[in-house]
Amino acid sequence: MLIKTPTDHALATSEITPESIYAQRRQFLQIAGAGLLASALPNLALAAPLPKFKPGTPIPDEPSTPLSTLTTYGNFYEFGPSKDSPARNSSSLKTSPWSVEVDGEVLKPGRFDLDDILRMGAMEERIYRLRCVEGWSVVVPWVGFPLAQLLNKVQPKGNARYVEFWSLADPEQMPYVRFPTLDWPYREALRLDEAMHPLTILAVGMYGQVLPKPNGAPIRLVVPWKYGFKSGKSLVRIRLVEQQPKTTWMKAAPGEYGFYANVNPEVSHPRWSQAKERRLGEFFRRPTLPFNGYADQVSSLYTGMDLNRNF
Amino acid sequence: MASSAPVWNPSSKQLLLIKLALIALSLLPLLRLFGDLGPNPPEFVSHHTGTWTFNFLLLTLLISPLRAWTGAHWLLRLRRNLGVLSFFYALLHVSAFVIFEHQFDITEIAKDVLDRPFITVGFAAFVLMIPLALTSNNRAVAYLGGKRWRELHRMVYAIGILAAIHYLWLSKVTTYFYPLTYTILLVLLLGWRAARFMDKSRPPSPPQHDKEQPIQFFKQKPKD
Repeated sequence: MLIKTPTDHALATSEITPESIYAQRRQFLQIAGAGLLASALPNLALAAPLPKFKPGTPIPDEPSTPLSTLTTYGNFYEFGPSKDSPARNSSSLKTSPWSVEVDGEVLKPGRFDLDDILRMGAMEERIYRLRCVEGWSVVVPWVGFPLAQLLNKVQPKGNARYVEFWSLADPEQMPYVRFPTLDWPYREALRLDEAMHPLTILAVGMYGQVLPKPNGAPIRLVVPWKYGFKSGKSLVRIRLVEQQPKTTWMKAAPGEYGFYANVNPEVSHPRWSQAKERRLGEFFRRPTLPFNGYADQVSSLYTGMDLNRNF
Repeated sequence: MASSAPVWNPSSKQLLLIKLALIALSLLPLLRLFGDLGPNPPEFVSHHTGTWTFNFLLLTLLISPLRAWTGAHWLLRLRRNLGVLSFFYALLHVSAFVIFEHQFDITEIAKDVLDRPFITVGFAAFVLMIPLALTSNNRAVAYLGGKRWRELHRMVYAIGILAAIHYLWLSKVTTYFYPLTYTILLVLLLGWRAARFMDKSRPPSPPQHDKEQPIQFFKQKPKD
């Protein structure tokens, strides 16, 4: 994590209000409220801002979910089973020093410090929908860079067909890793073309600040057209492999969680329908969109595939 | 087995106070719904009312074993209140489903009840609760007669089992702790009844009277 002292960068970054923040000035109270929240819950403290990034385009008619909601409602089972467990328990997560090991079927494997990663790609803000398999959804203004930039740097070999993402699973920092609720460490994976897709990013921040700990600090995957569990948090390893890996949720409940996990209102979860979702902050449920609204950009990846079988 | 020490028995005025206190306490979970409902209010309301339906169901089932262990027979007079409270929270829980999940759309509700197995089971549990709620008053007890009323209200065992399945089925494997705990508590409470049923079906032992002399058979007639 880049630790900037005030003398290093004078007033350059702070003078420019990122357009996204300006556009959300009406939500300032909520962000300020998050600041108050931060003083109450230290793990949510708004740390140093990120390097300059290109502001993103908001989704028309779909406002971003307030930061206080994003940090206090979510699933991060390493920190506990409840929706507010991450907010309450993730202060023990040490995000510095941090490095990500990139290996497997690549020509130039390496261990990258977070500082190296932050300099690797041009930072951009991406305002994405995120849809949980449970049936709720949010809109998040992520700050990150395309995963393709990192993958191109390590040069996948010809036989590399899938990319694995491993999350941190340290029982000292993450108390619930002591319980075998899932087969730790949390592992997710994408097909290589999904990983190389321009929409797929490695996120290091949200709302113009570094990722809060409950949201998978300091670096996580974001794949907006898939269910949220595919977007692994607090990544420590990225590995390119030849065979389709079995992800953590596939192992936990193979009949319920598949490899692709594309958001699809027509393919039900065995125990609930996926046709509708609750956007946090809204009273009524809204229809779920195919590929979470990103169909025109990603459906070509799946032409000819039976999406019922490859769920 | 009743304890040999004398058990406190409330007067009718004291019992009324106890019942009023119970009802006041049992409305606290309702008051909670007017507080902060968090980022996903429909989920919170549904979860909260469902949990309290189950809590009151378990408390209802706790009365009989508690009576047997402490000898405090007056506890039976609270069971009806607890049962009705369970039904009250079940009504709130079903209302949350009808309003928040489906906005009163009957067709969607019917589809959902048939589509999602955990909702089928939950809905069945609720439907079984209705005759119990309707026959919870004195007139119904008198009309049905004690024996038939008791047989009808034994449906609470099936309701408990359906509720446990409903709770387990809607949970992800990572959040099994609470539904499993509820299931274990239910099994214990039903197990006590099963044990009692086994006990009762054994033939009763002959009456033992302390004052009676046991029959003695002498080889010789005793000298007086």
